Amino acid sequence: MISAFFIFNQKGEVLISRLYRTDFKRSIADVFRIQVVSNSDVRSPIITLGSTSFFHVRINNLYVVAVTKTNANAALVFEFCYRFINICKSYFGKIDEESIKNNFVLIYELIDEINDFGYPQNSEIDTLKTYITTESIVSSAIAAEESSKITSQATGATSWRRGDVKYKKNEAFVDVVETVNLSMSAKGNVLRADVDGHIQMRAYLTGTPECKFGLNDKLVIDKSERGISDAVELDDCRFHQCVRLNDFDATRTISFIPPDGEFELMRYRSTSNVKLPLRVIATVNEVGTTQVSYTITVKANFNNKLSATNVVLRIPTPLNTTTVDCKVANGKAKYVPGENVVVWKIPRVQGGQECTYTGTASLASTTNRQVWARPPIDVDFQVLMFTASGLIVRFLKVFEKSNYQSVKWVRYLTKASGTYQIRF
Amino acid sequence: MSIRAPRKGENYELSVDLNSEYREKRKDAIKRTIASMTVGKDVSGLFPDVLKNMQTDDLEQKKLVYLYLMNYAKTQPELVILAVNTFVKDSDDPNPLVRALAIRTMGCLRAEKIIDYLCDPLQKCLRDENPYVRKTAALCVAKLYDLKPELVIDNGFLEQLQEMISDSNPMVVANTVAALTDIHIAATSQPSTSSSDPGVFIITPTILNKLLIALNECSEWGRVAVLNALARYVAQDEKESEHICERVVPQFQHANGSVVLAAVKVIMIHMRNVRREELIKQLVRKMAPPLVTLLSSPPEVQWVALRNINLLLQKRPDILSNEMRVFFCKYNDPLYVKVEKLDIMVRLANEKNVDALLSELKEYASEVDVDFVRKSIKAIGQAAVKIDAGAERCVNVLLDLIATRVSYVVQEAVVVMKDIFRKYPSTYEGVIPTLCANLDELDEPEAKASLIWIIGEYANKIDNADELLGIFVDTFTEESYPVQLQTLTAVVKLFLKKPDSAQAVVQRVLTTATKDCDSPDVRDRAYIYWRLLSTDPAAAKAVVLAHRPPISIPRTSVSPALLEELLGEISSLASVYHKPEETFVGRGRVGVDVVRKGTDAEDRFSTQKALQTVVAGQQAENLLDFDDGPAVEGQPSGLAATEVLSQTPAAANLLAGTSSNPLDDLVSIFGGGGGSSAGGGFSFGGGTGFGQSLMSPAAPSSMGSPMVGQGSAPARSPAPPQQQQQPQDDLLGLF
Repeated sequence: MISAFFIFNQKGEVLISRLYRTDFKRSIADVFRIQVVSNSDVRSPIITLGSTSFFHVRINNLYVVAVTKTNANAALVFEFCYRFINICKSYFGKIDEESIKNNFVLIYELIDEINDFGYPQNSEIDTLKTYITTESIVSSAIAAEESSKITSQATGATSWRRGDVKYKKNEAFVDVVETVNLSMSAKGNVLRADVDGHIQMRAYLTGTPECKFGLNDKLVIDKSERGISDAVELDDCRFHQCVRLNDFDATRTISFIPPDGEFELMRYRSTSNVKLPLRVIATVNEVGTTQVSYTITVKANFNNKLSATNVVLRIPTPLNTTTVDCKVANGKAKYVPGENVVVWKIPRVQGGQECTYTGTASLASTTNRQVWARPPIDVDFQVLMFTASGLIVRFLKVFEKSNYQSVKWVRYLTKASGTYQIRF
Repeated sequence: MSIRAPRKGENYELSVDLNSEYREKRKDAIKRTIASMTVGKDVSGLFPDVLKNMQTDDLEQKKLVYLYLMNYAKTQPELVILAVNTFVKDSDDPNPLVRALAIRTMGCLRAEKIIDYLCDPLQKCLRDENPYVRKTAALCVAKLYDLKPELVIDNGFLEQLQEMISDSNPMVVANTVAALTDIHIAATSQPSTSSSDPGVFIITPTILNKLLIALNECSEWGRVAVLNALARYVAQDEKESEHICERVVPQFQHANGSVVLAAVKVIMIHMRNVRREELIKQLVRKMAPPLVTLLSSPPEVQWVALRNINLLLQKRPDILSNEMRVFFCKYNDPLYVKVEKLDIMVRLANEKNVDALLSELKEYASEVDVDFVRKSIKAIGQAAVKIDAGAERCVNVLLDLIATRVSYVVQEAVVVMKDIFRKYPSTYEGVIPTLCANLDELDEPEAKASLIWIIGEYANKIDNADELLGIFVDTFTEESYPVQLQTLTAVVKLFLKKPDSAQAVVQRVLTTATKDCDSPDVRDRAYIYWRLLSTDPAAAKAVVLAHRPPISIPRTSVSPALLEELLGEISSLASVYHKPEETFVGRGRVGVDVVRKGTDAEDRFSTQKALQTVVAGQQAENLLDFDDGPAVEGQPSGLAATEVLSQTPAAANLLAGTSSNPLDDLVSIFGGGGGSSAGGGFSFGGGTGFGQSLMSPAAPSSMGSPMVGQGSAPARSPAPPQQQQQPQDDLLGLF
C-alpha cells in the first residue's frame, strides 16, 4: 500500500505531493530530500529508514517517489511509478520538471484517480483520457449520462474499451518492434544474443470486435501444419490485459477485444536463431602508452533491398585522450571528449554493405598505472521490415456483429539502442 | 470567522481572489492556493474562502477544493462541518463521477466531526447501481475502519463487504478484497487481539471460487489484490491446491510484472501441498520464462525480480539452470542490478557453464566501479569453491588479474586465493611465490591477514617464510587486530613446522603480543599459545596444526524456516531485503518471543548438532563460519554457542584444555564474542579471517543472518542487548 506519492526535482524541491494515508505528515518529504536527493552515494532504489520505505524512480532529473510504512509489494509500487510516468508521457508528450509544473492540476486529478487509499485503480490511459481531460468538465444532468457510460467502462469486464466506437473506415495497424540485445566478446564469440519484441497495435475498429491474432509461433505451427521451417521459437510471451490468458495457456491462440486506439498487444522474448543485422569487427591496439589505433568495420548482414538507418556507433577512447584522428568513408565521426567516445553516425547502410572507420587516439602521458577498462562499443540502429527473431504475423482476423470489412497493416522494425554491445 | 491574516501579502491576495465575483478568477486563485500548499507554504488560513467555492458544477474546481480540504480538514475541524452538507448532497448527485468523488474524499478528511455524517452516504453508495461508485465505496469502508473501527462494525459494513465479494463486477470484487485485506491486517496487528483470532477476512472455499473467477476478469492491480488473497488461503486438500495452481498459471503471461510475481507467490505457496512430481515439474518449467522476461523490465522492477529470483533459486536451484547467459551484466546496468546478477550467476554456475562465467567475470574485473570489481573477483572465488572441475581455471584467471597489479584487484584476489587454499589444500602451491611477490602492494587488513594465513599454512614449503613473517612482526603493533591475530597464529605454525629457524621470531611475537598489544583478544591468544608451547609442544601441534575441514558455498543465504516465510511473501519488501517483516515494519521493536517463535525448533536442532560436532572434535572450525557450515545454520551467535558449550562436560574439558581438540578454534569463538561486545557487531571474521569473505554473497545477508537468530541470544549473554537496542535505522546502512 502506498501511503504517499511525491515528485521532486533535481534540487529536492517538492513538485507534487499527495498523501493517500494518514500515517505520514507532509514533512516526510524532507527526509527523502536529505537521505536521497542530497546523498551522492545511493545504491538502491528502495531506502528503508526505521519502518518507512522510500521507493524512487529517476527520470529526466525528476524523482518519482512512493512512500510506505508496511511490508509493501515492491514490484507493484515500481510498476505503479512507471505507469504514472507513461500516463504523463501520453498526456503531456514528455515528463520533465516543466511539464509537471505546467500541468500540476491535471496531475493531482490523475493521481487521485489512479490510486485510492494506496491501492492502484484503473490506470488504462485510453479510459482515463475519456474523463480526465485538459478541458474542464461541467457536471450537469446531460453530463451525468455520459459519466455513467464512462464509469461503467472504467469498471466493466472490458474496462479498456467503450461500447459505442464508430469508424467510417475500419483499420488496424500492427507494428512489430524488436530490440536486439547483443553482447559479443573481444574474440567475436556471441555471449548473449536475444530479442525483446513488442507488438504495438493501433486499432480503429467499430463496435466490439473480436480479434484473433496469429504468428509463426513454432508451438502452434508444429501442431497444425508440418514441414514449415521458418517457425519461430518464442521463449515467453506476455500480453495486454485484454488478451484471454486462459485461451493462450490452453491452445496458444491469441484472442482479444482490443482497446480503442494504440496499445501494446504483447511482448515476447526469443533467444534461438537470432539474426544479427549488423556485424562489427573491431581491432583496437594500444601503441605504446601514447596512442591507440582503431580499425572498425560494420557489415550489414541482411537482404540488400533493406537498409539500416540512423546507425550510431559509440567507440570508447581512454580517459586521457587528447585528440582523435578519424577517417571514415561513410557518415561522420567525431570525438566527444565529455563522454570519452568517438561518435560515428552513418545515416544509411544498405544490406550487404561494409563501412570502415580507422582512427588514432593520441593520449596524454599520465602517472596513473590503471589499465584502460575498454568499455564495449555500443551500436544503435534501426532496420525496417526486418525481424531479428524471424517472427512474422500470419493473420489478424476481426469478427464483429455488423460483419464489416477491415484493412490491416503490418510493419516490422528491428532496432537497438544501448543494448548492442561489442567488446574489444 | 477565524482570525484573518494581515491585509497584505500573498495569502491576502489569494483571499481576495477567492472571493472574487468572477468565476475564472476564483478558480485560478484555488489553483494558486494548491500550488502554495504543494511547496509547503501554510495556506490553512484560507480555509473559509476556499470552502465557499465548493458548491460548483465545475468538476475540476470541485476536485481542487476537495484536495485542499483533505489537507487541512484536520487543522480546522469546526469549519469542516460547513462542508458536510455539500458532501452529502454530492453523494446523491445524478453523476456517478461526482458521487464517487464525494465518498472518496469524505473518507480522507479524517476529522472526528465529519465521520458520523459519513455512514449514511456510505451505506447508500455501497448499494449504488453504478459499479464505479461501489468500488470506491468499498475502499471507503477500509478508510473508515482506519479512523473508527467501531463505526464499521456497528453499521454492519463488514458483512456488507463480505457480500460484495459476490458482486457481478470484477473491479468491485477486487477493491472489496483489497479493503477486506486491509481491515484484516489492521485488526490482527492490534495488540489486543491474540494471534489465534482468525480475523475478519476468512477465505472459505466459496469465496475461493469467486476469487478464481474474478481473477481472469479484473484489472491488473485487481489481479494482484486477488492473488494476494489466494496466497492466504489454506487449501483443504491436495486436489484443491492443484486446482488453484492450474487456475493461476495463466497469469504468468501478464504484461504487468507485479501480477507475474504475485502469481509466482501463489504457486510457490500452494505447490507445497502438491505431491504429483509431474505437475510440480510442469509448474516449475512454466515459471522460468516469465522470470527471465522480467529482466527486460525497467531497472527497479528488474532489481526486485532479481532479489526474488535469488530466493527462488535457494529453494529450487534447478529452476533456471540453462539460463545463466541472460544474467550477464550489461555495461550500463545500474550497480545494484549488476551486483544481484553476479550473485545469481554464481548460484547458476555448474561444470558446463563455468568457462563462460569466468570469461565474463574476468571482463567485469576490469570495469571502473571498485565495488563491483571486488564483487566480481569474489564471485570467481565462489565459483572455484563451488565447482571442483573449474577450480584450476579460476586460479588461472586470478593469476591474470594479479598480473594487472591494480592495487584493489590484487588485494581482493589474495583474499579469494586464501578461500581456494582452504577448499583445495596443497593443490595450488605453485601460486604462492606470485602472491608473496605482491606483499608490498597489500594495505588492507583482510588482504594482509589472508596472505599471512597462507604463509603460515605453507610455512614448510616457503623457504623465506620466516623473513616474510618477520616483516609483519616488526610492524606488529601498528597493524589492525585481525592482522595481529593472524600473524600470531602464522608465526606459531612456522615455529611448529620449522622449530630451529623460527625460535627467535616466535619469542619476539609472543613478547610483543602479550606486552605491547592493547587488544585483549590478541593478548589472550598469545598467552594461550605461549603456555601451550611451553608445557606441551605436542598438544600445541595438535591444536594449531589440526586438520581443517574444507569449506563450501552454502546453498541458502537465509535459514530454511525464513526462506519458506519469504517465499510466501514474494515481491514484498521482506523478500527484497531477504529479512522477515518484523525487522523493518512496526515500531522497530522486535520482540524476542516473536522472532523466537519462527526459529525455535531449528535452534534446538542446530544447538544439538553443534554440540555433537564439538564433542566429536571434528569440524570445530565450522563454528567460526556460522553461515558456512550447513550443520550450524541458524545458530544464534558465537556467545550463545559458547554458553551452550560451557554447560556440557565435554566442553568444559575443552575449555580446561585437557582435551586434544582444536583449542585454536575455541579461542576464536571467544575472540568473536569479545569483539562483538566492544563493537556491537558480530564479526567472526576477527577470529581467523574467513568469516566474511566467502559467505556473504550480498551485503544484506551478512547482517541478515545474525538478525534472524538473534532472538535467543539476549537471555544469556551481555553483548546482544546492545544490538537489540540498535535502532532499526541501521537497515539503511546496509544499502
